[in-house]
Amino acid sequence: MQRKPRWWLYVVLVTGFVAMIFPFIWMLLGSFKTNAEIRRAPLNFLPEDPTLENYVQLFGRLDFTTYFTNSVVVAVFVTLGNIAFSSMLGYALAKLEFAGKKVLFGLVLGTLMVPGVVTFVPLFVLTSNLGLVNSYPGLILPFLITPLGVFLMRQFILSLPDDIIEAARIDGASEWRIFLRVIMPLCGPAVATLAILTFLGSWNNFLWPLVVATSEDKYTLPVALALYSVGQNASQYGLMMAGAVVVVVPVLAIFIALQRYFVQGIALTGIK
Amino acid sequence: MAVIAPQTGRAPLTRPPAPAAPRRSPGRRKMTWIAWGFAAPFMILFVVFMAGPILASFVMSFTDLTTRDLRSPFNVNFVGVENYINLFNDPRFITALTNTAVFVIAGVPLTIVLALLVALALNNGINKFRTVFRVGYYAPVVTSIVAIAIVWKFILQPDGLLNGFLALFGISGPNWLENTTFALPSLIAMAIWRNIGTLMVIFLAGLQGVSQEQLEAAMMDGAGPVKRFFNVVIPAMRPTLLFAAVITGIGFLQFFEEPFVMTRGGPLDATLSTAMYTFNQFGFGNYSYASAASYVLFLGIVVLSLVQFRFLRQKD
Repeated sequence: MQRKPRWWLYVVLVTGFVAMIFPFIWMLLGSFKTNAEIRRAPLNFLPEDPTLENYVQLFGRLDFTTYFTNSVVVAVFVTLGNIAFSSMLGYALAKLEFAGKKVLFGLVLGTLMVPGVVTFVPLFVLTSNLGLVNSYPGLILPFLITPLGVFLMRQFILSLPDDIIEAARIDGASEWRIFLRVIMPLCGPAVATLAILTFLGSWNNFLWPLVVATSEDKYTLPVALALYSVGQNASQYGLMMAGAVVVVVPVLAIFIALQRYFVQGIALTGIK
Repeated sequence: MAVIAPQTGRAPLTRPPAPAAPRRSPGRRKMTWIAWGFAAPFMILFVVFMAGPILASFVMSFTDLTTRDLRSPFNVNFVGVENYINLFNDPRFITALTNTAVFVIAGVPLTIVLALLVALALNNGINKFRTVFRVGYYAPVVTSIVAIAIVWKFILQPDGLLNGFLALFGISGPNWLENTTFALPSLIAMAIWRNIGTLMVIFLAGLQGVSQEQLEAAMMDGAGPVKRFFNVVIPAMRPTLLFAAVITGIGFLQFFEEPFVMTRGGPLDATLSTAMYTFNQFGFGNYSYASAASYVLFLGIVVLSLVQFRFLRQKD
């Protein structure tokens, strides 16, 4: 329906748009205000005397450098694992005929909607018996695979023509070589989508890191932020806003730069 | 030797004729080995960290496993459905279930209506700033709920931004998060805000499937925009709407970060969710009891998923 847009459409969209982004703007402005200024009535919009004090405290007194590093390390390994393992299984499910294929796919698909809250208790028992509580492997291992990743890679690889695989087989290439040299180079868009989705998922993940990171040196950003916000720094508004900025801004930057992959992810899987 | 020699001599003839092209496609048996080789790394991790825990959680919910058994999780007693009986006799769990239900029942339709409104507006010839709008509406989806909940918590303080804004109109706003009437609706509002973007994208895709001919035919018949919307657009969008309701419902059933950061489940359990109840019980060391609570939540998710599967099968 390419009709002439009416003014009320813009009114609806702009009102909604302001409501959507205003919390982000408020967060950003608040992070440059002193605590006294934030709590003063009446509120003022722009920081009166912009200060970096909140950020200095965040990375000095509160050790957000460590939490930031932890979040990056965990997200990078989780992303790499998902790309490797999901692509391999996705290729087998899409292009190889083998015994047990249907059962395998059904099993993986059946767990697509299982939330972390169902598995975290036994996972904690397992992790503590493996001696991995409060360690990077403890944070990373349970998230190296996601059913969604397999689904996404399988759907994409299914759409690749069989001829190229047949041609490679005739040339005597092994299945492993076909996977690495023929299939993977064509999977760029799917891998990019998967990488972005898993990186963000890991970056924003909360419940499991909250359970398994038992001391500050292994906190990820959301865990540190959540625990500080309900702890002794609860009333330090400016400081907490700066913390939120540190968590949110890298993700927003990635999103704005690579937004077409997000839309692609939804198109490929139907799930955010 | 004399017997064998002719046989070896004839052997090439008795073999099936060589294929015209030298295809080296592995046999089915070999292929199964190769395929399982590709599947193995994923499946090992899957069994240990996904399928195993899902089953273990179910089995645990029928035992008396607590934090004392952490080092000997197999040395526990089976207690039947005792954990489930205790759960449903705990008024706090009932409160948590009720709050979760309210969260879903109020949150899902409102998210759908608002997202549909945005998608329709964007779809009606808005070309200017289309990308800007899309990015803005989608931005909350990609951000950490914890971070955003902290920002909202400050906005909703008695001396926060919202009440400051209301004061401009002479309205004296309540202490949103400390008030038993307003706390849960405040969290629902935030969840709606955060999820509009996902549904907007899904609806924009769904709107592409609405037949232009039908719309034009309806217009010829003199149907106004409202009639066209309810008689043409909505029926065509039904699968998309159902899908949206299911995935949003599944997400809302698990709400946890919002009360954890903004209210700690209070005031007076007004925002205690099922997931938060589960987490609290885990914190008290009642592992088997927490597993039972998580399985009650899981049941809700399974029911929603089945609705969707059934519907999609009907479509086929």
